[in-house]
Amino acid sequence: MYQYDHFDQEFVDQRVTQFRDQVRRRLTGELSEDEFKPLRLTNGLYLQLHAYMLRVAIPYGTLSAVQMRMLAHIARRYDRGYGHFTTRQNIQFNWIRLEDAPDALADLASVQMHALQTSGNVIRNTTADQWAGVALDEIEDPRIWCEIIRQWSSLHPEFSFLPRKFKIAVTGSPNDRAAVRVHDIGLRMHKNAAGEIGFEVIVGGGLGRTPLIGKTIAPFLPKQHLLSYLEAIMRVYNQAGRRDNIYKARIKILVHEIGVEEMRRRVELEWEGLRDGRLQLDASVVADIEQRFARPVYEKLPADSAEVALLRFKDKAFGRWMRANVVPHLQPGYAIVNISLKPEGEPPGDASAAQMDAIADLADAHSLGEIRVTHAQNLVLPHVKITDLPAIFARLQHIGLAADNIGQVGDIIACPGLDFCALANARSIPVAQRISRHFADAKLGAEIGDLQIKISGCINACGHHHVGHIGILGVDKHGEEFYQITLGGSAENAASIGTIVGPAVAYEDVVGAVDNIVRTYLDTRNADERFLDTVRRVGISPFKERLYAAA
Amino acid sequence: MAKPASSNTRAVTANRLRDGAVVFRTVTGGWSSRIADAETASSETDAARLLAQAERDAATAVVVGPYLIDVAEIGGELRPTSLRERIRAYGPTTPMAGVEAVPYL
Amino acid sequence: MPLLKNGRISEESWQPVGDEAPLPSDGAIVISFARFKAEPDRLAGRNAALGVRLKNTDDVRALADHVGRLGLIVLEFPKYTDGRAYSQARILREELGYTGELRAAGNVLLDQLLFMQRCGFDAFELARPDAELVWRKAVSTFAVFHQPTGDGRATILEQRRNALFEQRAQATWSGTAG
Repeated sequence: MYQYDHFDQEFVDQRVTQFRDQVRRRLTGELSEDEFKPLRLTNGLYLQLHAYMLRVAIPYGTLSAVQMRMLAHIARRYDRGYGHFTTRQNIQFNWIRLEDAPDALADLASVQMHALQTSGNVIRNTTADQWAGVALDEIEDPRIWCEIIRQWSSLHPEFSFLPRKFKIAVTGSPNDRAAVRVHDIGLRMHKNAAGEIGFEVIVGGGLGRTPLIGKTIAPFLPKQHLLSYLEAIMRVYNQAGRRDNIYKARIKILVHEIGVEEMRRRVELEWEGLRDGRLQLDASVVADIEQRFARPVYEKLPADSAEVALLRFKDKAFGRWMRANVVPHLQPGYAIVNISLKPEGEPPGDASAAQMDAIADLADAHSLGEIRVTHAQNLVLPHVKITDLPAIFARLQHIGLAADNIGQVGDIIACPGLDFCALANARSIPVAQRISRHFADAKLGAEIGDLQIKISGCINACGHHHVGHIGILGVDKHGEEFYQITLGGSAENAASIGTIVGPAVAYEDVVGAVDNIVRTYLDTRNADERFLDTVRRVGISPFKERLYAAA
Repeated sequence: MAKPASSNTRAVTANRLRDGAVVFRTVTGGWSSRIADAETASSETDAARLLAQAERDAATAVVVGPYLIDVAEIGGELRPTSLRERIRAYGPTTPMAGVEAVPYL
Repeated sequence: MPLLKNGRISEESWQPVGDEAPLPSDGAIVISFARFKAEPDRLAGRNAALGVRLKNTDDVRALADHVGRLGLIVLEFPKYTDGRAYSQARILREELGYTGELRAAGNVLLDQLLFMQRCGFDAFELARPDAELVWRKAVSTFAVFHQPTGDGRATILEQRRNALFEQRAQATWSGTAG
């Protein structure tokens, strides 16, 4: 966990003071809503359907137990007792009062948290592999670099009024779990021929109305130049990104229109003047930041536990949970525990204050006080002794978070949709709940295997529907909710955008349509073939034919 | 589909500035969180007058973003006609059961 | 337009001259970038202060050879949400070495003053009687900064690095260095 020094603390404290003054000016009428809106947005405060919504940053998805307890406190004290973990590894509170927002931010600052860069046309919270630092396949921990980006991008004077929001993701593993190819900038750490570690810089990916896969602008960027290169890209985008049409304002459109070659030429031109300047990263400063991550101290343990292996066999429920939710850790005797925030029939990504407290306690007792948030809206206990797994499972069952469905049909990503969001055209959460319940009743999850269903309530694609194996997009047809279904999307290494399977279906028919698609898969797949691979092999026609045959 | 505007019954809604709550412009010129209290307008002129009054409250930092919504009397109750406005008036359609009811060990 | 310059409310001393209007023979004038490019010789012949007003789509690098003889550059914020002029300002100051007055015109709001100052602006079209007070408050909101810009402030990373050097130096003097 990164520990603030007095500079970091002073910065967030001053930010709270600044926002308190801005809220005061708004409440007295000194600021109009038009003037206040961008100010509150840059502090993560939206006005949604029912209330203000506060989006709190969880930089690169890493949380301490202390911070999780503070989120529980915010939920109880300022909200209605729960929070919603998002696809950007953040958390949103749906029922915040404007007059309380400065106090909530002050409470957050007391545990080294903030809502900086969570909204507005700025560089947003940088996301990373949720297993950073503990994954078996990792080359280098991406969080050091995310933290450096977090600091550089916070209240950047030149880039606080960009054409549109800007999202960066970093992966330190060859197996991309951070979706770097569908970000404005994706950074993939890798080794060059000389064995040095650097970044592949990918630019112009994204979802939304025009989904595009990012292009490589620099195949290998030495680490000390990371910030100067990012600044060069941002400067090109700030000046040349389109501002005439909100749907064409993301950097992906610029890259698409001028081509990656021209983009590279312009970036390199800017970079020339910046490369050897003050943005160059000094190794001692990087080492200092790395050191403040206070690496976990592991015990020397046997790699396996015979007792746990036996229990896995004897207790079927525990065995299923182990298979679906627990993955290997780089440290012998430890495991990574994924906690599904997708219990059957519940809103995806929601956690109550009591659940947050309980997970904080679990982290203190069993995970060296650390928790991760995933972009699939789940939580992770990253440093768990294998011998502690049965106790954790029992406790998770007790608090209703033992769903054994990570990566399966029940592990649905959904944006808040029309139930909360001012931008949405259709509901997302109840669609997810119905699908979840349907497949839980059919007890089909494990048999279906890997299947990512992603639901967005509008074209802004907060639910990442384009990269869902099954993507579901809510649209408004003459005041009725309809849902467009796509197949074959993926945000992983071989990223792809899903293909629309046919005409949109009505709200009442979504579950039936998904069931139909899944059954076509089960009938069509080769042995052990994943849903995504079947779709890639046979195309969408068999799915389409069967889905619309009845109509 | 655009319905003939003149046949619509309308009310004015907004969010209250200090807490963001959904509110409706009332017959007494105040704001209520219950749609039953809303003043309605059945002509274009009345609707425009209602909105203009509401916009004065937006300028003086009482509410944010007032606008007109279509309402209809259904089962003796005044209700918004669109799903979005029904969700604003009555809350999310998603069950939030058990939010406070998680047992501690 | 009321003017805030180096933190003080100031009188306008520059006369704007339209693209079609005749050039006055003396006095400080501001002309458009288009006119500046179109009439280099006549402008060079004038022996008085010259300022240029740029649109935020103009390429400021076209001024590279001229910044030395410009006393004022005006950059525009047609809407405060349009942030192109921040980049223009930094290029002028940090790359082209422009040292004259750099003025923000258009939709200039107090909550953006600190960003503008950090990017190199030192004059602002700001229609507020309390502009000086507002300015002092805006530039003192933060005492620590993350980004290196041309404003001379040390960044947090630089302060950390200096602290590390000092620690090392002290360790060397007290003989505890390893």
